[in-house]
Amino acid sequence: MSDQTAAPAAEERAPAEGLLSVRGLEVHFPIRSGILVERQVGSVKAVDGVDLDIPRGATVGLVGESGCGKSTLGRAILRLVEPTAGTVTFDGTDLRALGGEELRRMRRQLQMVFQDPMASLDPRQNVQSVLSEPLRAHGIGGDHRARVRELLDVVGLPASAANRYPHEFSGGQRQRIGIARAIALEPQLIVADEPVSALDVSIQAQVVNLLEELQDRLGLTYLVIAHDLAVVRHIADVVAVMYLGGLVEQAPSDDLYATPLHPYTKALMSAVPIPDPEVEDTRQRILLQGDLPSPADPPAGCRFHTRCPFRQQTRCADERPVLRTVAGHPDAHRVACHWVEDIEAGRIRPAAGAVVEPDPDPEPDAEHAPNPAA
Amino acid sequence: MTNSEPLLDVRDLSVTFTRKGGPTVRAVDGVSFTVRPGETVGLVGESGSGKSVTSLAVMGLLPRRGVQVGGQVLFDGDDLLTLPRDRMRDIRGRDIAMVFQDPMSSLNPVVPIGVQVTEVLERHQELKGEAARSAAAELLSRVGIPDPNRRLKEYPHQLSGGMRQRALIAMALACRPRLLIADEPTTALDVTIQAQIIELLKELVQDTGASLVMITHDLGIVAGLCDNVHVMYSGRVVESAGRRELFAQPRHPYTGGLLGSVPRLDAPRGAPLHPIPGSPTDVLRWDHGCAFAPRCQNRVDACLDGPPPLEAYAGRSLRCLNPLTESEEVSV
Repeated sequence: MSDQTAAPAAEERAPAEGLLSVRGLEVHFPIRSGILVERQVGSVKAVDGVDLDIPRGATVGLVGESGCGKSTLGRAILRLVEPTAGTVTFDGTDLRALGGEELRRMRRQLQMVFQDPMASLDPRQNVQSVLSEPLRAHGIGGDHRARVRELLDVVGLPASAANRYPHEFSGGQRQRIGIARAIALEPQLIVADEPVSALDVSIQAQVVNLLEELQDRLGLTYLVIAHDLAVVRHIADVVAVMYLGGLVEQAPSDDLYATPLHPYTKALMSAVPIPDPEVEDTRQRILLQGDLPSPADPPAGCRFHTRCPFRQQTRCADERPVLRTVAGHPDAHRVACHWVEDIEAGRIRPAAGAVVEPDPDPEPDAEHAPNPAA
Repeated sequence: MTNSEPLLDVRDLSVTFTRKGGPTVRAVDGVSFTVRPGETVGLVGESGSGKSVTSLAVMGLLPRRGVQVGGQVLFDGDDLLTLPRDRMRDIRGRDIAMVFQDPMSSLNPVVPIGVQVTEVLERHQELKGEAARSAAAELLSRVGIPDPNRRLKEYPHQLSGGMRQRALIAMALACRPRLLIADEPTTALDVTIQAQIIELLKELVQDTGASLVMITHDLGIVAGLCDNVHVMYSGRVVESAGRRELFAQPRHPYTGGLLGSVPRLDAPRGAPLHPIPGSPTDVLRWDHGCAFAPRCQNRVDACLDGPPPLEAYAGRSLRCLNPLTESEEVSV
């Protein structure tokens, strides 16, 4: 893997150097079978050749549906699961070459926020203990009580929280504790895996705002993994869309929203409900057929071709597309599709039945419509 | 279609859970709404708002012990709450059907899909053997399950999440119910699958003329689907309106707060989110005042003087003493 492909960051920020660079990352889980002698009969290709760059101070969002490998990718970057191939370079250090103690020390710089704060906090540990554990583990001296109070203050919890236990808090407060634990060691990179999806709607925004505030205050770099495109678009500078182990599109957040190029991104975008009847009544939807194929036996060629409404007879089924730039779009916008240009120019139309046009005659809400007969 | 008699008329429904030695909990507190034939009604709220308990009470699916249900649930003129159990069993599944959130836990894991679908047909339509089986296959193909004859022999774990939800919808539709209650039917699914299911529900409602009660926390789903929307908070309806009025101009600070706190895909980037402070567990008991008052930014002193009434206001029903005005439509 050469390193000639440093992807440009979101343009509005200062041209930041890359903090994390992932090249050709693969995580294959073996499928074993047999009674006495276990043989490997196949592998689940959870992550299958991903390149990703995260500039310092930026927020990169990773979206995809369940089973696409986004969480595995996040964990593989931190080496919480062991990648089977590829490189992860953090701040100039190859993380995969690190062993035992070196890796442990490096983890100070890389922390994680998990989806379900109840499951990721020990119910028998009080908050003081939860938040001072990373300090103890990394041999950081000083007044731990004072540091915990400071952390609680930063995430907007009262100092009295230190003596309480996870079950005494609401979901949103627990997620704040999870975030406080992640920033306790002053890391550079935080991988947040579905940080808000377990929370009530009215609470989600509190946590999203907190993450943004902490980024400004502490200069953090985020990789935010989520299935909710609206949340990711809100928080991320650059969004990468993942499908069945690979990235299909990567672009600055605004470009991705304004001009989604990959058929999967288009479908995903059109499927996200928008709380506005005017928009809902007039938008076109691209419906995908069927479900995600099994990552143990991914389709040949383009992973998406089995569900793609724009599928063509040639290339799609036998040649795997790679991320590339498209003429007329910024270099940061990269897509893995053979037919992007033709789709964009309208030379390739989606299959009939895949597109649901808005109701041509939106039924007036009878009792509220002006009634000329009255 | 809109001026006909209501098909379902829920009047002053209340559900109280009692526990030995513990406090009683009033999960639903005087909820009233109507559903007319062919209409789609949304019940929106967060966890704990009482929306699911409302639907279970309508279906008569709440346990008898420790639960008191008050009020009336008129379906076609009959009060479902006082019907004898065997008559209720006839109505449930035939006239009113329900789709639940998690298809895995509402399907029997050790019984093939086919048996579970034909069971409904045998119970309510007295179809037997081959006739029931082919009717079941037809239902599965109607909800978009490919190769239905093979699927009928499979067990729930062999189906994907979207497929299971389709099977559940097929079961719900087996007897062409006049009312379908869907409780968070897409929450456990991915967005692209969610879009498929919502589209399916829309189509089916249109084709069969059934009414739909959609229970969800997702305002986006409501915006695209429902004719009328009831927003619930802590067991009571706080705002009821046609969807256009509601989304164009939310009047209850809670509705406004919800809309202001969800990131919208089409909002310009950097548009700030306005979270509702506190959490849904910070509620006041309704007899002490407005339950939302502890989190409300429009609170006035009178909010703590007792429960605000549900009154007609600006073309809707509203339970608020200090509603949002036009200028502050999306949370202050």
